[in-house]
Order: sequence, then structure tokens, then C-alpha cells
Amino acid sequence: MRQPEPSADYAAQFAAALLTPERAAPAAVIGPRGNAAARRFNVYRNNVTVSLIESLIAIYPAVQRITGPDFFRAMARAHVRETPPNSPLLFDYGRDFPAFIAAYEHAQAMPFLPDVARLERAWLDAYHAADAAPLDAAALAAVPPERLAELRFAAHPATRIIRSNYAAVTIFSANRSDAPVARIDGSVAEDALITRPADDVVVRRLPPGGADFASRLIAGQPLGAAAGAAFGTAPDFDLATNIAGLIEAGAFTDIRFEDA
Amino acid sequence: MSAKKTVTSLALAGAVTTALASLAVAGPLTKAEVDAAVAAKKEKCFGIALKGQNDCAAGPGTTCQGTSTTDFQGNAWKFVAGGTCTSIDVPGGKKGSLKPI
Repeated sequence: MRQPEPSADYAAQFAAALLTPERAAPAAVIGPRGNAAARRFNVYRNNVTVSLIESLIAIYPAVQRITGPDFFRAMARAHVRETPPNSPLLFDYGRDFPAFIAAYEHAQAMPFLPDVARLERAWLDAYHAADAAPLDAAALAAVPPERLAELRFAAHPATRIIRSNYAAVTIFSANRSDAPVARIDGSVAEDALITRPADDVVVRRLPPGGADFASRLIAGQPLGAAAGAAFGTAPDFDLATNIAGLIEAGAFTDIRFEDA
Repeated sequence: MSAKKTVTSLALAGAVTTALASLAVAGPLTKAEVDAAVAAKKEKCFGIALKGQNDCAAGPGTTCQGTSTTDFQGNAWKFVAGGTCTSIDVPGGKKGSLKPI
């Protein structure tokens, strides 16, 4: 007996049943002797689900450690069924997972969890961002003082800011290793700066006003305006510390005077 | 004069000078001294830098992923605590604990 020619219809039937366990194996999927191949199809669709869940575990290891592996697998499975990948690049999968966690009814007791997930996503994006040499402090030293207010910065491709109403950075760092987790006050708001000046991704907790200041500089606002706005949002904003911290972290690659 | 605070050129110049001074590595220090100074300053001024963790994690697809578990159907499972969430305190008296549903 001849096998049917693969067709768009065949692919559509095949794909539709992949993430829906209630659906029977597509009739067009048959074994070498022309009989039904439900078990073979189940192996295949199990592999699809498992590989996507494993992808989420690889991207969000701290989230898994916080929830425990059983909870994580159940939550990840629900996300995989709702949001199949739209790219063949697995490291790009799970971009919607933090938003899914935020809405997931069983995760509501962990309001910090979506922010920890966003931080882990930013970590991986920084890891895969393009290489670039960080700004040399000497370039900043060469700027005439009267022109500092109009100075603009070019963000490094890896630089990310994640803001949280919870202690996302502390929770993230405590759960990205196997070391025991001490008691954490999750209610302390923390903002993170993620950079990768060389090979290693570095996550820093930003001081008061730091996230606002850094976000404005990354968006291309001039130094004077960004500093003024940061003082407005955080009265204890320390401009020198923030400039030094951003330069040292490798958050920028270049400086310029014109609006890009 | 707008309500938004403005920062004078003088204040900006002062801040940048201070920033650059704190970045400069002064004098003939040994590498250990420099590392110690840098680490201390980081912690004091700009939060704690976290690195050296998950250096091998390039994300999924970079390892051979096993498919020994059966995740395709399993759904009947109670949502019970299993991780470190119980050691994280959040407002409202909740401990982030996962109660069985």
C-alpha cells in the first residue's frame, strides 16, 4: 500500500493534535503496513511537550527552584499548550512565560515570581546579545564640563533594566545556585541592571532612582535631563555613584552630543 | 522655570569628576588589592554584582534533552509546595506557600 503524499492538510492535522492530548492521533499518520500509529504519534507528541518544558526549565531555573520541580512542570505544561513556539530557536522560546506566570491562578501566592522570571529572561537575552566593547571612562573624562548636560549615551546591546516591587534581585540570586536559601524579605522593592561587558552576565541591584536614571540614558535622553528626572523621583539619588556604577558595569558603549 | 528639577552644569561636572575618581585605579596596587578595592566599592556604591553563576547555561538546545519523563498527558496533580518559596516573605502575611488546590 502506498503512503499518502505529505500535504499541507497532513501537516495541519499533525500539528493540531500535538499539544492537545484529548485529540486522537491523526488518521493520516500510519505505520509501515498502513495501520494506525497512535502509539508512535504519542511518543512524538510527548517529546514535543517534554522538550518545550525542558526549554523553560533551562531558561527559568530560579523559578523552578522557587516553585519546586513538580509545580514548575505543571505550570510549564499549561503554558506550552497555550503558547506553542513560533520560532525553531529554543533559546527564544518562553518569552511570554513571565506574563503567563503573572496570570496563573496557582502562582498568585508568589507575587514576586513574574519579576524573577523577567530577570531570568533578561539574563539569557544579555547572554546572547552581541559583543561590544564597553565605554572607556577616559572618553567621559574628555568631555568639557559645560557640555555634560547635553551628553547622550549609547546602550550596550546586552544592557537590560528590570524593575520590581519585590526583592526580585535577592530572590533571583539566592535561587540561581544550589546553595541553601536563607529567609528573604520579599517585600523590599529592587531594581536590577543586567550587563555583559565581556563574557559573563552580571546582575546588579540598582540604588534609589538608578533604574529611572539608567532607563532614560538607555532611551537616549541627555545626561542633564535624565539626572534632573532621577532627582525628581528619588530625592536621595546619588548622581556620582550612579554614573560610576553604570560605566563600571559596562552599560554603555559610546557617547555623543546629537540626538540619534 | 518648570516643576521638573534641573541639574546645573556645575553639579553635573562635580558628579562626573567624583564618578571618574571612584573608577580610577590609583597607584601601583597589586591585583589582589585592586580586586579587593573594586569588590568593596561595588558593594558599597552600586549593589552587589552577581556573576559566576550559570556560566554554562547558554539556554536550551545546547544540551541533549532527555525525553524519559511522560509530560504529554499528566495533568492530575495537586499544587503543593516543593521549592524555596516557603522561605520568601511577602506582604499580607502570605509566605508564598503553595496550598493544595
